Amino acid sequence: MRRPPVPPGPPGVTRRIALCFLTSAAGAIGFAVTYGLGGQTQWEGVCLAVAFAGLATGLSIWGRRLVSVGGYVEEHEGFVPPPDEQAMTAEVLTAPDSPVRRRGLLATLGLALSALGVAALFPLRSLLPWDRTRPVRALKETPWRPGVRLVTADGRPLRPADVPADVMVGVFPEGDVDAGDAPAFAVRLHPERFTRPPSGGHLDGLVVYSMLCTHAGCPVRLYLRGTGRMLCPCHQSSFDLFADARPIAGPAARPLPGLPVEVSSDGYLRATGDFTAPPGAGFWDQP
Amino acid sequence: MILDRLARAFDDRLRLSPVVRKALAKVFPDHWSFMLGEIALYSFVALVLTGVYLTFFFDPSSADRVYQGSYAPLDGSTTSAAYASTVRLSWDVRGGLMIRQTHHWAALIFVAAIVVHLTRIFFTGAFRRPRELNWLVGVTMLVLALANGFTGYSMPDDLVSGMGLRILVSVTESVPLVGSWLVFLALGGEFPSDEMIPRLFITHVLLVPALLVALISAHLAMIVRQKHSQFPGLGRTEHNVVGSRLYPSYTLRSLALFAWVLAVLFALGGLVQINPVWIYGPFVPAGATAPAQPDWYIGWGDGALRLFPPWEFRIAGHLVPAPFFPGVVLGGVTFLALYAWPFVERWCTGDRRSHHLLDRPRDHPVRLGIGVGVLTFFAILIVAGGDDVIARELRIPIYDLLNTLRVLVLVLPLVTGTLAFLLARALRRGDAARLGELTRADLRAARRQPGEPAPGRAVDEPELPAPHRPGERIELWPDGDRWRWRYHDERADLAILSNREAYTEQEAVDAARLAYPGVDRLVVPGPPPPAPPGRVRTAVRRWGNAAMGVALLVTALRQRRRRKDAGPEDRSSSQ
Repeated sequence: MRRPPVPPGPPGVTRRIALCFLTSAAGAIGFAVTYGLGGQTQWEGVCLAVAFAGLATGLSIWGRRLVSVGGYVEEHEGFVPPPDEQAMTAEVLTAPDSPVRRRGLLATLGLALSALGVAALFPLRSLLPWDRTRPVRALKETPWRPGVRLVTADGRPLRPADVPADVMVGVFPEGDVDAGDAPAFAVRLHPERFTRPPSGGHLDGLVVYSMLCTHAGCPVRLYLRGTGRMLCPCHQSSFDLFADARPIAGPAARPLPGLPVEVSSDGYLRATGDFTAPPGAGFWDQP
Repeated sequence: MILDRLARAFDDRLRLSPVVRKALAKVFPDHWSFMLGEIALYSFVALVLTGVYLTFFFDPSSADRVYQGSYAPLDGSTTSAAYASTVRLSWDVRGGLMIRQTHHWAALIFVAAIVVHLTRIFFTGAFRRPRELNWLVGVTMLVLALANGFTGYSMPDDLVSGMGLRILVSVTESVPLVGSWLVFLALGGEFPSDEMIPRLFITHVLLVPALLVALISAHLAMIVRQKHSQFPGLGRTEHNVVGSRLYPSYTLRSLALFAWVLAVLFALGGLVQINPVWIYGPFVPAGATAPAQPDWYIGWGDGALRLFPPWEFRIAGHLVPAPFFPGVVLGGVTFLALYAWPFVERWCTGDRRSHHLLDRPRDHPVRLGIGVGVLTFFAILIVAGGDDVIARELRIPIYDLLNTLRVLVLVLPLVTGTLAFLLARALRRGDAARLGELTRADLRAARRQPGEPAPGRAVDEPELPAPHRPGERIELWPDGDRWRWRYHDERADLAILSNREAYTEQEAVDAARLAYPGVDRLVVPGPPPPAPPGRVRTAVRRWGNAAMGVALLVTALRQRRRRKDAGPEDRSSSQ
């Protein structure tokens, strides 16, 4: 079979395309060299970008200049099947020996398959933890218990004097520094400025609250000095520590739970119980 | 020659040529907006390729691990294995950072391309019968893309993504009755659990990608089966597709687009830093940074959480917390509305016919208004997601900005939606072809009269027979022992060739009748002369009206001469 000769195309176009592909090859070699010399992120990216951009430009020019663009039509059969075709297919599917005609068997088959389907759901239960029966209890309880000492992030127990006036100090239950629901903070304020008594009580102005925002659980870490306000960096809820950490702006609706604390006989701060409410975001069974 | 023999060898065993011939001749419409979905597809390919590379170095575990490597500030520190391996991957694996950043950029562009593709489909009505199924598949893929974006973002166990995951956990906890159960089912315990990262990992690298591959295949198979829709235009009917063929034109152009996508992604991945987790530090429950913004496609959720007022209530003593509404309800309603839209619109307009010609956005003022309003709503939510940054940059109090945005998010969508509705109606009624050509009278008319659309382009082209336009006809001719045909509109000087050859004259006639029902057919002796070059075409169009009479005369004369030449064999058949 003889093939018609390849037309030359517009002048200079093939040369331009070839140049693009050569640039692309140079980019690829550049990438290999960059990698071989120790790999430098920016150059690696640039070389690969040049390689692919050269390829893209060459192919674009090829597709636009050397082959015809547009001007073709394809017919559309439509989507309504011919009636007799439909009827014949239906006949095949509902022939006398067709399985779909045996209703009784189909019903029992359906039953068997449903039973299998339901049974297959049971192993999903294993995705839940086995140790605690109800998640709600886990959400309500934290490692804070009477007698648990307050420690800093690096595990050092705190005395009341370690909390300076008007400075926020992150505090954690001793032995459970990494617990997700336990982070709290201690601040020393002037007791005479309290407009509402702190729910967890205070030790000469020292108050301890849960650090987790009651809106979406982010750590409320930004303390605005002098104002007694805590700000959540995620959604900008603001809590007034003088008014029992009530939300005063932003999307949070509940106050931060307080942590009741006392000073033990050896002079360290320790909790006298759990938070006054479950810490963090709200949930259905929140008391 | 080797390729030749290889192709023959395969064909002799699999009988591929009939299928391949048809497939290679498949016609794609020539419009840039049909490429948006392809950008998403190619981003997905880039995601799979870079992602597989990353799995060789990422350790999906929350077990303690000491990082030892060239990033000095973290050298010797104990973090989770996931975080340590991500830092190692970025600093100590050669080429790792470039691949990781490319992967992240590809994810952002993947979702962006899906969203822009979806808006194009929405505004042009491409979701109408028979393509509702593909709309459902597409919306599902958007959900999966968001899910995979979020799981991938959360896996490195850094401080910012840990905060993001905690917010999502809190939103899930807010679901009435089952919220806390859902969280425990997903995480295997209270946040942050040890099972969390392995589960995110397997979801991110296996479950969702496998679903996406299946759905992408279904999406493409349906496009091939149903063929492309197209914008209305000369020679384009509800029964054909006009454009370029898959081979060679679209093969080259599509590969070029693939290469463009990769070029942009690697340029971004190499030059533009993204998600530098070593700066953020590892996740610790009490740690937080500010400002903290999620990836853009989650930004609307974050913005909604910020804007929603502190409203919560109790049902019989049970709490429904505030994040439930902006988090769960907004997301649920959004995607339910997306799923339901084709059916809602069909129910409202009563239009049950198949459509292969697209609407221009102006053809449907109500749809356009709703779409623009909803897009404005989500754009403001995304802006609100960065309200702390905006407040700091503009030096305005954050709560003033918050209250302004709370008003804007409700008012602005109504304003833009109404404006879009009125402009679309003015454009549809008046003579203006573009937005800039609208006159005051057009606008006034659009505001005043509701009711029937002006007779312009037939919005719903009737089924057979198509309206006959003078000067248009089908020409068939023998080409060796094959047959070809073309559509010819003399007045517009437009010729559109059939995409493939036919074995018999009857086959060519059948194809032409399908593509152009009701258009006269005519057998001509040989292939017509090639179409005149573009300059001539534009000149003809410019003097269209003046030249029309002459053109008609010439047509008549030529037709008569051809008939004479062809003799008794010539026939001109009609429907």
